[in-house]
Amino acid sequence: MNNSTENLQKEIIRSSGVNPKKCMRCGKCSATCPAYDEMEYHPHQFVYMVENGDIQPLLESKSLFQCLTCFACIERCPRGVEPAKLVEAVRLAVIRKQGANHLKADDIPALLDEDMPQQAIVSALRKYSK
Amino acid sequence: MKVSYFPGCTLKTKAKQLDKYTRKSAEVLDITLEEIENWQCCGGVFTTARDEIATKLSSVRALSEAAKKDQILVSVCSACHNVIKQTNNAMQTDDEFNFRVNQYIDEEYNGEAKVMHFLELLRDEVGFDKVAEKVKKSLEGKKVAAYYGCLLLRPSSVMQMDDPENPTIIEDLISALGGEPVIYPYRNECCGGYIALENPESAKARSNKVTDSAAKSGAEIIVTACPLCKYNLEKNGSEIPVVYFTELLAEALGVKEEN
Amino acid sequence: MQRIGVFVCWCGSNIAGTVDVQAVSDALQNEPGVVFSTNYQYMCSQAGQDIIKNAIAEHKLTGIVVCSCSPRMHEATFRKTAAAAGLNPYMVEIANIREQCSWVHKDMPTGTEKAIILGKAAVAKVNLNAPLKPGESPVTKRALVIGGGIAGIQTALDIAEAGFPVDIVEKKPTIGGKMAQLDKTFPTLDCAACILTPKMVDVAQNENIRIFSYSEVEEVGGFVGNFDVKIRKKARFVNEDICTGCGICTEKCPQKKVPNEFNLGMDNRRAIYIPFAQAVPKVATIDADYCTMLKTGKCGVCSKVCTAGAIDYTQKDEIIEEKYGAIVAATGFNPISMDKFDEYAYNQSKDVITSLEFERLTNAAGPSAGKLVRPSDGKHPHTIVFVQCVGSRCAACAEKGKEYCSKICCMYTAKHAMLTRDKYPDTDVYVFYIDVRTPGKAFDEFYRRAVEEYGVHYIKGMVGKVSPEGDKLMVQASDLLANKQLHIEADLVVLAAAIEPDKSARPLATQLTASMDTNDFFTEAHPKLRPVESPTAGVFLSGTCQGPKDIPETVSQASAAAAKVIGLLAKDKLTGNPCVAGSDELMCNGCSSCERVCPYGAITYVDKEFRMPDRTTRVRRVASVNEAVCQGCGACTVACPSGAMDLKGFATKQIIAEVDAICR
Repeated sequence: MNNSTENLQKEIIRSSGVNPKKCMRCGKCSATCPAYDEMEYHPHQFVYMVENGDIQPLLESKSLFQCLTCFACIERCPRGVEPAKLVEAVRLAVIRKQGANHLKADDIPALLDEDMPQQAIVSALRKYSK
Repeated sequence: MKVSYFPGCTLKTKAKQLDKYTRKSAEVLDITLEEIENWQCCGGVFTTARDEIATKLSSVRALSEAAKKDQILVSVCSACHNVIKQTNNAMQTDDEFNFRVNQYIDEEYNGEAKVMHFLELLRDEVGFDKVAEKVKKSLEGKKVAAYYGCLLLRPSSVMQMDDPENPTIIEDLISALGGEPVIYPYRNECCGGYIALENPESAKARSNKVTDSAAKSGAEIIVTACPLCKYNLEKNGSEIPVVYFTELLAEALGVKEEN
Repeated sequence: MQRIGVFVCWCGSNIAGTVDVQAVSDALQNEPGVVFSTNYQYMCSQAGQDIIKNAIAEHKLTGIVVCSCSPRMHEATFRKTAAAAGLNPYMVEIANIREQCSWVHKDMPTGTEKAIILGKAAVAKVNLNAPLKPGESPVTKRALVIGGGIAGIQTALDIAEAGFPVDIVEKKPTIGGKMAQLDKTFPTLDCAACILTPKMVDVAQNENIRIFSYSEVEEVGGFVGNFDVKIRKKARFVNEDICTGCGICTEKCPQKKVPNEFNLGMDNRRAIYIPFAQAVPKVATIDADYCTMLKTGKCGVCSKVCTAGAIDYTQKDEIIEEKYGAIVAATGFNPISMDKFDEYAYNQSKDVITSLEFERLTNAAGPSAGKLVRPSDGKHPHTIVFVQCVGSRCAACAEKGKEYCSKICCMYTAKHAMLTRDKYPDTDVYVFYIDVRTPGKAFDEFYRRAVEEYGVHYIKGMVGKVSPEGDKLMVQASDLLANKQLHIEADLVVLAAAIEPDKSARPLATQLTASMDTNDFFTEAHPKLRPVESPTAGVFLSGTCQGPKDIPETVSQASAAAAKVIGLLAKDKLTGNPCVAGSDELMCNGCSSCERVCPYGAITYVDKEFRMPDRTTRVRRVASVNEAVCQGCGACTVACPSGAMDLKGFATKQIIAEVDAICR
C-alpha cells in the first residue's frame, strides 16, 4: 500500500467509524442487500477491500451510487461491522473532490415527474453531491 | 399534551395529506402540535459519516428548540424522523461530533430532546387503547398492510421503535382502529427510495416486490408513513391503494374529509 | 528474632533473564532477620528443594522466603519442602518475582530493583509470621448431582460405581435431558435413545443412586465435605411409590390441549403426563397449570381410572434436607430464543424451525412419528435450507446473540443434512455456513461424507432474509465463492440456534458461591489444568453448564468430574486452611458488622462471661468464627470498626510491615 492509499484508507475508517477487522466474512450483508444485483462490488467486498487498502477500484465503481443506506446490512451484521457506513465514507471521498459530483442540480429537472416528492430530490442530492 | 412538531418539507407540498390528517387526528386525541418555528429541511437522509456536520445542523436546531421548551419532538415523515433521531443519537454518543456541532450553534446542545415518531406518540404517550376509544368509524373488515420501509425501524439500535424484523406498531394501530392487519414479508424492505430519480427500473422492481407481496397476502390497502415510499409504490403500479397511515387514522376517528 | 533464609530462583531464564538474581540474594542478605541467602537455577527441582532443606537444618532457620513464581504455582511445593525439614509450612513466604516482575519488565535494572523490593516485603512479613496448624473436618460420603441429563447421569453412575451414594436432582419429571430429545447422534449415527435409555435404567436400578425428579435445589449451606442442602420436591400430585407408570391416566385425561414441551410444542399432551415412553422415573405428573381438577375442583378422571390409587390432589411440595460431601453442577443448556432473529421469519412461519425441533420431527416418537413433514401442512418438503450460526458468533448486540461458537451445530447440521438425503433422496438440501468447524475424531470425515456421498449443497455464505410467500419460503442468501446473491424457493428452513446455559444455572451459582463468566457458563478453577472443578472447593462441573460441548465431550467431562468427587469422598478428613479469621474478644464490641459481611455465614455471636478489673464478671456479646466454614476472604477484617477481627497469616500488622518494607 503506498502512502496516499494508506491515508485514504485511514480517512475512510475514521470518517465511517467502522472497524473492518471485525468482519468474520459471513456474507450476511451481501445476503441482505436489496441493491446486490446492481452492484459491481458487494457490501462484503467493500469491507474486505477497505481492510486490504484495495480502495482505488471502489472509488471508480458505480456501486457507490447504488447503495441507498437502507441500513439492512447494518441491522443484520452479526459482528456490528456496519458495511453501509463504509460505502458512504468511500462515496464521500469521491464526491468531496471538486467537480466530482455524481448528480448536478442542472440534471434534476430532466429526471423529475410531477408526482416526485421533494424528499427524493434532497435525498439524492445529499447522497450524490457536495 | 403539547409537543413540538417537525413536519418536514414534503409535508408542505406533495404530502399535504400526511400533514393534514396528522393535525386533525392529533386534535381529536388532545395532542397540541406546536410547529417548530423556522424549521429547515432535514435533508431527507442521514449521512452516516461522522465528519458530516453542516448537513445535520437543521436537525440539531429543531432538537434544541424542542429541548428548550421541554417538549417531545414529534415528526410523522419516516425520513425526517430517521434523520432527527440519528442526529440526536450522534449528539449523545459521539463526543467529537458533538463538539464540532456545538461550534456552529448559539446555545449548547447535547442531545437532551426526546424524539418520537407520531406512531410512537400514539402508542407510548396516548396509548392505542385510548385511540381505540375515540374511534367513530371502525375500519372493521378492512385488510390493511403496513409498509414500514427501511427508515422507520433501522438502525434499530438507534431508532428503538420496534422489532426491526417483525414489527407490530402499525399493525397494533390498525387493530386499534378496528381493521385487520395483514402480515407480509417485504414490509420492512426498501422501496428503492431516491434511486427512482436515476434508475426508475430498480425502484420499480423493489416496489413491485412489496406491493405484489402485500396484495397476494390479501391486503386491500397499504399504509405508510413515508412520502417517498408512497410515491414509489404508487408510481410503479400498485394494484391496491397506498395511503398514509394518518389518513386511515383520521377516517376511523371521523375527521377525514370526503373526496 | 526469626532466623530467615532467602532462596532466589532463576526459573531458567524466565526470571534470570530480566532480574539479576545474584544482586537480589545479596541485597536481601542484609535484611533484618536474614541469616542465609542464596540463588539457584530451579528452586522447585529436587536439587533446589534440597538446598532449602539443608539450609533449614544447617542454619536453624525459623522462616524462609522463596523469591520465585506465583504462589499459585509452587507455594504448596515449598510448604511441603519446609515441613519435610521440620519447619511449620506457614513460615514460608513467596515473593512473586516472575509473573509480577520479570515477565512484565523489559530491562534488568528495573526488574532487579522491583525483585529486591518484593523480597524485602516478604522478609518483613516472615519476621511477624507465627506457626499455624490447619484444622480438620470430616467428609460426608455422599454426592449431589444437580441436573439429570447425560452429564449428570454419567457423573452419578461413575460415583455410584465407586461405592458412594449419589442423589440426582432433576427439575423435570424425568431424567434424560436434551439427549433424550435427539434422534441420532454424530458421527456414528447410533440412535440417541438406544444408547441413553439403558443408562437411565442403570441409574434407576443402582442402589447407590436416588433420583429426586421434578425437584429443585432450594438452599445450599456448609462447605466442602459438609454441604447442607435443601431440595424442594415439587408436588406432582401423584404418589411416586405407588404409580406403576401404566399411562391409563394420560390417555383418559380430558384436558388434551397442553403444549408438549418434549416435542417443543409441536404437538399436545394431556394435563397428566409421562414425558416419554422411557421416562425415569416412569411415573405420571399432573401439570397444575392445566389440570381442571386442581384449578376448579371439578374433574377427577385420572383419580377414577388409576387402579393403583396413586393420584393425590392434595399433595404439597416437600422439602428434603440432606448432607453432602461434594456437589456437581450439571445444569445443561437450551437453544436461544429466535425472537430477535426474525429476518429468518421463525415467528412468521411454522415451516421455519430450529434444529432441535428438526430432531423431534425426524424422531419416530416425535409429533410426526418420524416422517419428515412441514409443520404447517404435513407435506413432504422438497427443498430444505439449513442456516448455521444463528445467534452464535454474534457480537453485534449482547441481547441478540452469543459471541461464542456453539460448537455442536456444524456436526448436527451435517447429520441432519446427511440423514435427510439418505432417507429422502428426492430432497434438495442446502447448508449455509460461515466456516465448517469439525475438529474431533471422525468428525471432518463425517461432514465430507455429507457433501461427497450424499450430495448436500454446502454454500459458503449466510442467509440474509427468509420471506414466507404462499406455501413457500423465499430464501435470500449470499454465495461468497460464486460472488452471487441466491434466491432459493424452500419448503423448510432449519435454524442452527446458538446454545446458552440453562436459566437455572445463574441462581444455582449464587447458592453455591461458584463463579460464572459473562455468558453464565460456570467458570472452571483453571481452564486447562482444573477443567472440572469450580474455584469453590467441593463444587464440580459436568457437561454444558461449563461451556458448549457435544455428547462425547460431555461424557468425558462427566466422568472426570466423578473422578474428582470420588477422590474427595474417599478421604475421611479434610485438612482446612489455617489462614482463617479470628476475633480478639477483648476488643470486640459486638456490633455484628462482621456477621453481616461474611459471605459464608461463618460468624456467629455468643454471649460470654468476662472478668472485669474489679473482679466482677460481665456478660458480653462477642463474635465467634467457625474455622471450618471460614474461607479466609478477609471481608470481616475490614468491616470490623474496632480492629478486633484479624486474619491468621495475613494479620493487619503483617500487611503493614510489607507495605512499610516496600516504601522504605
